[in-house]
Amino acid sequence: MSARLLPFAVTCAIFVLAYGLAWLQFPAILSTRVIGNLLTDNAYLGIVAVGMTVVILSGGIDLSVGAVIAFSGVFIGVMLRDTGLHPYAVFLLLLAITTLFGLAMGAVIHLLEMPPFIVTLAGMFMARGAAYVLSIDSIPIRHPAIEAIQSAYWLMPGKGRLTLIAGLMLLTVAAVTLLIHRSPFGTRVMAVGGDARTARLLGVDVGRTTVAVYGLSGFCAGLAGVVFAVYTSAGYSLATVGTELDAIAAVVIGGTLLTGGSGFVPGTLIGVLIMGLIQTYIVFDGTLSSWWTKIVIGMLLFGFVALQKGLVQLRTGDRAARRRAARQSGRHRATA
Amino acid sequence: MDAVLEARGITKLFPGTVALDAVDLVLARGEVHALLGENGAGKSTLIKCLTGAYARDGGTVLLDGRPVAPRSTADAQALGIGTVYQEVNLLANLTVAENLMLGREPRRLGLTNRRSACREAARMLADYDLDIDVTRPLDAYSVAVQQIVAIARAVSLSDKVLILDEPTASLDAAEVERLFGIVRRLRDRGLAIVFISHFLDQVYAISDRLTVLRNGRNVGGGPVTEVDRLALINMMLGHDLAQAESGHRTRAPGNGPPAAQFHDFGRRGRVEPFDLTVRKGEIVGLAGLLGSGRTEMAEVIFGIDGHDSGTAEVSGTARRLDSPRAAIRAGMGFCPEDRKTDGIVADLGVRENMMLALQARRGWTRPVARREQDRMVADYIRRLDVRTPHVEKPVGELSGGNQQKVILARWLLMNPGFLILDEPTRGIDVGAHAEIIRVIEELCDRGMSLLVISSELDELATYSDRVIVMRDRRQVAELAGAEVSTGAIVSAIAAAPQQRTAP
Amino acid sequence: MTLPAGLARILPMLATLALLVAAISLVSPGFLDISVANGRLYGSPIDVLNRGAPVALLAIGMTLVIATGGIDLSVGAVMAICGAVAAKMVTLGYPLPLTLLAALATGAACGLWNGLLVSVLRIQPIIATLILMVAGRGIAQLVTEGAILTFSDPGFAFLGSGAILSVPFPVLLWTAAAVGTILVLRRTALGFLIEAVGVNARAAYRAGVNTRATIIAVYVVSGLCAALAGLVVTADIRGADANNAGLWLELDAILAVVIGGNSLLGGRFSIVASLIGAMITQTVNTGILLAGFPPEYNLLIKAWIVLVILLVQSPRLRPLLARRRASRQGTPT
Repeated sequence: MSARLLPFAVTCAIFVLAYGLAWLQFPAILSTRVIGNLLTDNAYLGIVAVGMTVVILSGGIDLSVGAVIAFSGVFIGVMLRDTGLHPYAVFLLLLAITTLFGLAMGAVIHLLEMPPFIVTLAGMFMARGAAYVLSIDSIPIRHPAIEAIQSAYWLMPGKGRLTLIAGLMLLTVAAVTLLIHRSPFGTRVMAVGGDARTARLLGVDVGRTTVAVYGLSGFCAGLAGVVFAVYTSAGYSLATVGTELDAIAAVVIGGTLLTGGSGFVPGTLIGVLIMGLIQTYIVFDGTLSSWWTKIVIGMLLFGFVALQKGLVQLRTGDRAARRRAARQSGRHRATA
Repeated sequence: MDAVLEARGITKLFPGTVALDAVDLVLARGEVHALLGENGAGKSTLIKCLTGAYARDGGTVLLDGRPVAPRSTADAQALGIGTVYQEVNLLANLTVAENLMLGREPRRLGLTNRRSACREAARMLADYDLDIDVTRPLDAYSVAVQQIVAIARAVSLSDKVLILDEPTASLDAAEVERLFGIVRRLRDRGLAIVFISHFLDQVYAISDRLTVLRNGRNVGGGPVTEVDRLALINMMLGHDLAQAESGHRTRAPGNGPPAAQFHDFGRRGRVEPFDLTVRKGEIVGLAGLLGSGRTEMAEVIFGIDGHDSGTAEVSGTARRLDSPRAAIRAGMGFCPEDRKTDGIVADLGVRENMMLALQARRGWTRPVARREQDRMVADYIRRLDVRTPHVEKPVGELSGGNQQKVILARWLLMNPGFLILDEPTRGIDVGAHAEIIRVIEELCDRGMSLLVISSELDELATYSDRVIVMRDRRQVAELAGAEVSTGAIVSAIAAAPQQRTAP
Repeated sequence: MTLPAGLARILPMLATLALLVAAISLVSPGFLDISVANGRLYGSPIDVLNRGAPVALLAIGMTLVIATGGIDLSVGAVMAICGAVAAKMVTLGYPLPLTLLAALATGAACGLWNGLLVSVLRIQPIIATLILMVAGRGIAQLVTEGAILTFSDPGFAFLGSGAILSVPFPVLLWTAAAVGTILVLRRTALGFLIEAVGVNARAAYRAGVNTRATIIAVYVVSGLCAALAGLVVTADIRGADANNAGLWLELDAILAVVIGGNSLLGGRFSIVASLIGAMITQTVNTGILLAGFPPEYNLLIKAWIVLVILLVQSPRLRPLLARRRASRQGTPT
């Protein structure tokens, strides 16, 4: 087992262990029904977290995604209400808008050399503001095509339902996994996240990669918005407040290094499932209060950050010594 | 001579300084060419001009007879000039294959064809007798292996000139041998290889010819067989043997009480355990080439890198010097070599930079009254002749010499018993240079003990009571009283070590 | 130089604020009116100062954290925890002074946790404080047991809605906290050491500065500020709402600091400028309402303000401003 995949292995182990413990207490929790619901309820979070994973792998962060999901719902609601466009056309239009929005944020980050934290914070205000401007009320989303999506599922053995939106989420995870771990683009993302300066020296177009990464995150946020709109049958500008935090937490629990350059996309899915499992467990238990979710997630976050800190130190311990040794001769003064 | 690369009259200006003054470098096909010089000599500026990292301000570069002007490292790479820096410039978080194939991955259906990428990567490494699992991350391997991977990538992209910048800085003897084997093979294939190193043994073991820079100028060179070790060091350090020895400062030999004593003091990987006694009112010079362990010694003494062996006694009391704070409490001060990153606090003014150490020692609850600060700062601005329009001028905007004086003032107003100066006169103008030397001598006359590191050997020989010579991270000679002379220091540095790297 | 350094530093922010006020006054002429009723000042300016209190309090601590090159995402959650602790203790019948002390101690403990993660474990500040940001609301809910914990203690409620000499108490509190902090920073060497660590931690360490303690100290101050802000919002609604108390205020506080012209990379800082930044955002909020714009435009306008400020602060555009920065000097204001 390489040190790189260790966080992913730990994530999986925690998930299996937690599921096992929950199963010992509530045997009913191990059923395709529960698993189907877990996937469906967290479909939007899974999609947006996968986009966030890519951003974080590149060494950035995207705070705008929760607001973009809310904007998407409102946008879909308003368009279906006020125009005669077919939902599919609205979806495509929306995905184009959110992707462009992400690309624009990436461009600002790269061209103005501004911290992604602040740029995407402005993006968050902008997306949420745009949602408010479109409508401050919750808008019902009804259309035969959407109802068709809602009722589409594949009956798993054990009567669990793998809904279309859950399937879409799994598909997104698979596609982004391929993109990041099997394509030249993914290697560039990892290169930029590992060390942008060296990546540039090796001929990686850091700017294009950065812009593309935020574009991808915008696309994922839009897609999550579509899924969330379908899932809730409504668009509401106050929805999914704080989803960006859940997504970041899922990424970290999924074993991706927040400093970029190291991680495994499927880990994020497990991270989302762990968070969903905690909630499911609390529902099954009935006496436990919902706030334990946040506390446990916080503890997991701390555990993973500490684990990664330890791993990084192990890995870089000897490299640091070498760097120190090499440092003196490396101090080339450019100017007096 | 069959010149691959011919750089003539390369000039590079930085605000206020001439970094390269009409430097020539000619590389023949199939030679290993050592580029030598102390810190600030202009080696890395020259390399950056050749690889397109800097735009040169003057001169011509001919590559295979055609003039070239690379605008970026990628540009230079495409022209045939590849570089491997000491800090391996690959991505530690990617696999070996990804590093080798980055930017030219074989594709299938838009995705990376990993099998063929790995096969290609393994084939590239096979040329270097390196049979490793290319699917593992780069940082799973030793620096030596990473170095070879970096060379393999550079050579596969550029097949004319390969620049190796301090490639052996962190390799052990066996690894160096392996690297040299590869360098020789590449040389025999017709590449021109620039070899930069401060290990002279290695230079003699691998190079065919050499070029020496000093203060941004060519000061010598030629076939390696025609330049002996002593002559080479004289070139690098700018001392002319024919030149009359400058007079050694005549003072009573230091026989005062010890101001600081170190026994068996050292830190693994930084500096071998050493014994050192500095007496009250004594100036001890620390000489050695770049990478000899002189700065490491100073940093271990000052607690920046805690020592892992030995004991220290300052002013007669045993001290644990495990942090700069502890060293300062013991009455020590340290002017670092790298002023910009380790010394000045650029955005803060002259006053605040001067007050920093004193204020830090007093703690945040006991601020120095503003009037008192103004008095001290005005005093030291006058005594050290700091040229600044006003005391709040951000130090980052002053010249190097004035920055050095500000840091010197930072320590002097603490009235330390033992002060370490690391290259106090590097990179500063002639006027400030002389003043700093005057201050050094004056301090010593007032009873302060000094440990001074400098590559300016004439200077060091002039004011030092004793000179300690370092090589390979250990103390190799100590010269005292009448023995102290530039020639003696150079000889001690040049003395062939017991174990030479076999050529 | 014709202007005192401190004033020159905050002039752009003051000008922005003045411009905003003038623009709003044009659209809604009564904007600057102040009246006294029931022994209390009323009017839009008072409203701005009063409603801006939580963000202003947070901005004080956030300025110091950002000056060291850090960031504190947890302050909103810490507000909720401290408010919950205070409400819980008051409802359990503890005396008010003890309650307030407990709330402040809680805030300081949260700050200590963040500071230890950042300086001892060397975790990136944004990640270190994210942990408490996520877990903090859960902890607050644990304290309130999920309900909105209401209380009727008039002494505690005074913190949110009382007035001294007609001035609303929250206004007095944040100005007093700001003046107190600035005095401490100026009268001691703390401000100087924080700036030294923020500009060049390596050099500061080599000059003997206790960089670790300095970093812990700023996070503790930030925690204390969050505790005060938490007390104000809890007292204002006479109840601890673990879910919504201080929600997203960390972002507003960071924004205030950035609008105040403080670099996110650390170094020179001005608390006064951050406070003006906090008032600018609050004036925008209030002004939009008064000017008759629907409140939903609020966020969009805020976004554009941030973007403009980003443009001005962009490293790419820095050289243009270098001359002005060069003349910036003096002790923290």
